[in-house]
Amino acid sequence: MNQAGLQLEQAPPLSVPFRFFLLAPVFLLLAAAALLWRGPEALVARLSPAAIAVAHLVTLGFMAMVMMGAMMQMLPVLQGSPVPRPRETAAVTCAGVGLGTLALAAGFLFGERWLLNAGGLALAAGFLAFVAAVLVCLAGAPSQNHTVRAMWLAVLSLLVTVLFGVMLATLFGWGIALPNSSVHSLHPGWGLLGWTGLLVVGVGFELVPMFQMTPHYPKPMTRYLVPAILALLALWSAALWFDEGRWGAFAVACAVMMAAAYALFAVVTMALQQRRRRRLPDVTLDFWRVGMGSLLAASLAWGVRVAWPGPGPESIDILIGVLATFGFAGSVISGMLYKIMPFLAWFHLQAMCGPGVRAPNMKKILPDARQRLQFRSQVLALVLLCAAALWPGTFVYPAALALAAAAVLLEINMLIVVRAYRDNLRQVSDARPGSPS
Amino acid sequence: MTGIGDYMINHHKQCDEVFARAEQAVGAADWQRAQAEFEAFAHQMDRHFDMEENLLFPEFEEKTGHAGGPTQVMRMEHDQMRVVIHDMRSALEAKDAEQYLGLSETFLVLMQQHNYKEEGILYNMIDQVLGDQGEKLIARLDSVA
Repeated sequence: MNQAGLQLEQAPPLSVPFRFFLLAPVFLLLAAAALLWRGPEALVARLSPAAIAVAHLVTLGFMAMVMMGAMMQMLPVLQGSPVPRPRETAAVTCAGVGLGTLALAAGFLFGERWLLNAGGLALAAGFLAFVAAVLVCLAGAPSQNHTVRAMWLAVLSLLVTVLFGVMLATLFGWGIALPNSSVHSLHPGWGLLGWTGLLVVGVGFELVPMFQMTPHYPKPMTRYLVPAILALLALWSAALWFDEGRWGAFAVACAVMMAAAYALFAVVTMALQQRRRRRLPDVTLDFWRVGMGSLLAASLAWGVRVAWPGPGPESIDILIGVLATFGFAGSVISGMLYKIMPFLAWFHLQAMCGPGVRAPNMKKILPDARQRLQFRSQVLALVLLCAAALWPGTFVYPAALALAAAAVLLEINMLIVVRAYRDNLRQVSDARPGSPS
Repeated sequence: MTGIGDYMINHHKQCDEVFARAEQAVGAADWQRAQAEFEAFAHQMDRHFDMEENLLFPEFEEKTGHAGGPTQVMRMEHDQMRVVIHDMRSALEAKDAEQYLGLSETFLVLMQQHNYKEEGILYNMIDQVLGDQGEKLIARLDSVA
């Protein structure tokens, strides 16, 4: 057994997770800018270049960026296994995914093939570096509990998503035909139902009871839900692949069961949160509730949509996309950031304090009122984006402005944490006696 | 049969419970109740640290022959938690709800990540190493005041 598994030193330097977090709202702001620029066009057709650009700015630049930063922090500390070369891995991943997302979005917005090619390559390199580092880390984890297993499956799903993404990039960039036309569905399917969904579910099983002091999730659920979703995802993919992207009865059945599984997770989480023992106002809790509400709505809408015979209106697909990405994952992500960032700042400061010197507590580092204001702006952005999915002509501009406001406020809150850390670091190191402990 | 790990995990839950009650009372500005709940919480935390530092960890270190490993990190984290509990008491005495709630938020994250490491890794190791004397040890843990 790995006895070194609990070493404090395994926590990566603060700059490792923070660089991912600080970059993320910038991409949200760019998504807002793209919406402002392209207007209703970005929301009328799911596969229009502008819609694809906005979707990737949100899912890669914002969601994946934070999820990867958080994993690089949590894996070593909570699972007791270091990520190899954290600084280098973070640098390659951030640069690859950051620049790749920029190039990909620009490639779609400006219709430049070389940008699509470059973006695809950079994204593949960045994600592969991350996946390789995390797989090494997971393989060394001393405890293979259900959260570690969920992370395995989430990261493998990310790998599959990237693989399908590369196929699509070669189609759009180089004009190389897809091996199978189901790839158009499989790429977002594995990204949302695999990577994003499984990671939130697996982490939620631990974090919801821990921080909101709710009862535990039912044991069979923590044991079987994640593998069941992955099995359904694999079966659904196989069905679509064999039918060249056409939805047969079997694919529909798999999709409806996946939708039901995610709806179940959302309902159980909200029910557990109703029974929480910690009943003080908490922005993270409110973000989780918005996230679970969005997940429930997205799951139900998608389940009905795929079971419905004949093609549905495109606006419903876009609404489902908004709810599943910005509504579900985006809310959970922002909520978690408000726990992770102030705590890490406090933790690193306190570790450097000499006797009798205190780091400011989490709420001094980032006051509740600032979190609450940003939360409201993000909920407003979500509501307006949902409206814009249905009525793009009327709502796309207000939605874009609200999204920009939410992104700017989020970045400001992050910079407040960074500034509190820097200011106190100076004081702490001044107050500290000469010899290091 | 209940293992040592299960026994300690159960005590973590009791500590969570009294922590939440104290925080709730401060949030409601019910200072009299907050005082009582806080003392119950601080006492359970002290008891927990005692159980580990004076009983479980030394037994474990003796069996495994090294004192510098994971138990040392856990002791350091206990010290960090003691500092925050000390400050929470000062905030309570000053009836400074804002300060208390900021500290309790910080304490909660600190405690939960600490418990997670103990429950996920260390207690399994302790059960493996000390499992044969489980019942005797649990009786001794019970008697820690």
